[in-house]
Amino acid sequence: MRLLTALLSGVIFGIGLTVSQMVNPLKVLNFLDVAAIPKGGWDPSLLMVFVGALPVMFVAYQLRRGMDKPLLAANFSIPSRTDIDPQLVGGAAIFGLGWGLAGLCPGPAVTMLPLAGPALTSGLIYSAAMMAGVAFAAAARNAPAKAVTA
Amino acid sequence: MQNFTPWVSLIGGAFIGVSAALYLLAVGRIAGISGFLEDVLKPKSSGFALAAMFLIGLPLGAVLTRMVAPGAVPVVSLDGSKLPLLIAAGLLVGFGARLGSGCTSGHGVCGLPRFSGRSWIATVTFMVTAAATVFVVRHIL
Repeated sequence: MRLLTALLSGVIFGIGLTVSQMVNPLKVLNFLDVAAIPKGGWDPSLLMVFVGALPVMFVAYQLRRGMDKPLLAANFSIPSRTDIDPQLVGGAAIFGLGWGLAGLCPGPAVTMLPLAGPALTSGLIYSAAMMAGVAFAAAARNAPAKAVTA
Repeated sequence: MQNFTPWVSLIGGAFIGVSAALYLLAVGRIAGISGFLEDVLKPKSSGFALAAMFLIGLPLGAVLTRMVAPGAVPVVSLDGSKLPLLIAAGLLVGFGARLGSGCTSGHGVCGLPRFSGRSWIATVTFMVTAAATVFVVRHIL
């Protein structure tokens, strides 16, 4: 049941990314192009995606307060860290740099594949590079611990 | 404002919110896509199956949208002419998102509405560096 819910959540997320047009990297780049604001060519659509999503999540967090546990699991697993470390800021900065180059963050990168048409090869290469980046980060996080034990 | 699609982007955003809310209230976890990408690299991790199912659902949602409402599907315009740039961008996105513990979904959609200080700082940071990158690429280089 949990796995089916995860699949359903993914499907709904994929519908959202498609309907909102965020699967189109050009659309994202046109949002990030703030120099276009004074020229009248700016596309604020991505802002509307957040306007649609954030209130729903806000309500969900209020509902969560009244729940001892999730509907289908033993406990909630929500990040509790509050420290601002260099990894957080540096990682976000690096992520933004890559996002600004291609206009594809992880969700749209996966969702767009069946819609990519002639751009499918580029999309697959991008996703493969993205997975390699994820693997590098995971390895880098584990490396210091291993160095200590060795 | 060119090509502004306020209504479909608002409706799509609501779908994304409903998805993340369902995942939170039913499964008890944050719908962070880059976190899922890391989980599927570790088949023995506790989150592997959930992450795999969510990630399979994403393209299924795209296909379903095309079946039900083909007019709602945008043309995907990805510039693949500069392959090294595309690969560099993918590497940076994957590496940065995991180093920074999240991307647009985990920090943006899920972190902002619970007023997580880490997520607000991360989101502002990647928005600024992404906009700066686009500025340099489009208007300086």
